[in-house]
Amino acid sequence: MGKISVRQLGKAYKLYPTRGARLREWLLPFRGPQHRLKWILQDISFEVAPGEAVGLIGINGAGKSTLLKLISGTSQPSTGSVYMEGKVAALLELGMGFHPDFTGRQNVYMAGQLIGLSVDEITALMPDIEAFAEIGDYLDQPVRVYSSGMQMRVAFAVATARRPDILIVDEALSVGDTYFQHKSFERIRQYRRLGTTLLLVSHDKQAIQSVCDRAILLDGGRLARQGKPEEIMDYYNAMIAERENSTLRLSQRDDGKLQVTSGTGEATVAHIALRNAAGDAVEVVDVGEAVTLEVTVAVHAPIPRMVLGYMIKDRLGQPMYGTNTHLKELPLADLQAGQQVTYRFGFAMNLGAGSYSIATAIVSTATHLVNNYEWRDLALVFTVVNMRRPHFEGSAWLDPHIEINRS
Amino acid sequence: MMSVAMLRGLWRYRGFVLGSVQREFQSKYRNTMLGAAWTVLSPLAMILVYTLIFSQVMKSRLPGDTSEYGYSIYLCAGILTWGLFAEITSRAQNMFLEQSNLLKKISFPRICLPVIVVLNALLNFGIIFGLFTVFLLVSGQFPGAVFVLLLPVLLLQVLLAIGLGMVLGVLNVFFRDVGQFYQIFIQFWFWLTPIVYPASILPAPVRGMLDWNPMAAVIQSYQAILVSGQAPHWQHLLPAALLALLLCALGMHLFRRRAGEMVDEL
Repeated sequence: MGKISVRQLGKAYKLYPTRGARLREWLLPFRGPQHRLKWILQDISFEVAPGEAVGLIGINGAGKSTLLKLISGTSQPSTGSVYMEGKVAALLELGMGFHPDFTGRQNVYMAGQLIGLSVDEITALMPDIEAFAEIGDYLDQPVRVYSSGMQMRVAFAVATARRPDILIVDEALSVGDTYFQHKSFERIRQYRRLGTTLLLVSHDKQAIQSVCDRAILLDGGRLARQGKPEEIMDYYNAMIAERENSTLRLSQRDDGKLQVTSGTGEATVAHIALRNAAGDAVEVVDVGEAVTLEVTVAVHAPIPRMVLGYMIKDRLGQPMYGTNTHLKELPLADLQAGQQVTYRFGFAMNLGAGSYSIATAIVSTATHLVNNYEWRDLALVFTVVNMRRPHFEGSAWLDPHIEINRS
Repeated sequence: MMSVAMLRGLWRYRGFVLGSVQREFQSKYRNTMLGAAWTVLSPLAMILVYTLIFSQVMKSRLPGDTSEYGYSIYLCAGILTWGLFAEITSRAQNMFLEQSNLLKKISFPRICLPVIVVLNALLNFGIIFGLFTVFLLVSGQFPGAVFVLLLPVLLLQVLLAIGLGMVLGVLNVFFRDVGQFYQIFIQFWFWLTPIVYPASILPAPVRGMLDWNPMAAVIQSYQAILVSGQAPHWQHLLPAALLALLLCALGMHLFRRRAGEMVDEL
């Protein structure tokens, strides 16, 4: 139950030069096809194992939504096949088929029937749906008086009222208020723990990295790459930067992780190290220990303005802290080829125990979108361990001063 | 014609089909005060207008009929059943376009849509025709046992309508001219069918052309049953029956072959 198997999937739309061309093709089939095919998706093959969560990413027009439509069965593939086991729920567009003149409750019945539930099943699920949507008395008002957020709450509550074997979600979660976003995301997580297979399309890095086991990157209608979410996310970010005419390199680190490097290459990181108070390069750091991040940049071509930035990320690629010399108002000007610049960033490692990585970026302004000289993910990997402090949870070291008054 | 998978899908979604019929009926009159009465009022108004104009003003009487209600019954027999035919075909030709959002976003058995159209039309027809039957009983014009022969004729007419509707519905997605054309076509068709006037007033050469109109035989069957209390001439209905089967087969063929392409086009 819950398996998705996509084989050699392709989708092409037929483009007819004129309106009459289709008619000619239908009526005079012996004259051959009058259309040309526009391929939206080509040669997509992947498997999703039961209980696995897979994120689908790609820029607009990469074919994500088309792929979801093919998988959920609303659109038919031109080539290849999709095979699925178990009950499927697809949240492609929430609130579809809601009728404004009927009450929320009546629309719940309608939407439920549309996804194949019977009236009795919906009646049984109604208390859950009511509780989850949390719109109170509005449920018995016509939907036309709802705000879009309220409609979306009801729609989500119905669509996920019963745990499916496969859940397909298309960016639907970006609507609604933060509270409900969290709530709906929590429901997805909960279903996942219970064994639901998840296929999620999102531009939200955090969503992909915190829920998915694997990510698939679509580019120009083809499956560009699949792998660990943080790797794919790094590659994706680099790919966006690459559209600014820079190069993109992938290399395997000693620890087996894929490192993504991109940029035009006028300046590169020649050396990077994390040093302790004694000045020794370390890979293991104690919580709260004073350290210095040392980055040496080699300049290969004249640069009018140079900014160095770094970002500390956790195991899942979530940013912990990032800054750059533009934000710190220390940009350098007029660098010449052959020069070397060494930066030292001193700080206390106020992070919780865990594995972290540092990404570096050499740019000209605050972001890497104008001039990206070099962007290097996983430039350095280090581990924080808790050697001297009492155990604490989380990835930030926010040690409190505690005062207790007992009377 | 219909595959087992289609029927099974339809059965699984029976709740959706019945719910849609109910909702469509309710939504039509939701914000009205007279509610379902409007279903009756508009055909009633039409019958009144035709009766007044044709039977009173133009003094046209059915040849050989002297009863006070004769023409009204003749008119109702044709207009009410033609209304069913017109409703099914016009709704069916737009059903895919109207439901394009649903078709694009939600995966459900598409065959539900024509079924919903037919059931909706039958519901509206049932109400108005039920009232008409009550009128026949009250006014003592009820034709008797021959009344049940309406059922096979109705079945034939519904098949003819939905077969044509499916063909138009699929074609209309790809060639929107079809819908516009049919709206004009059906007006001519109405007046080329002996509904308002009896076929006998037509000159002989024109009357021969009625054989080419499958709806003429169907409507004349209703008129035979309801006005004269006679069983229809079944052999006259044969071309219409063949056409109905042919259209249903063509409709299903087009529907199955083009269902996928249709979603891309919406």
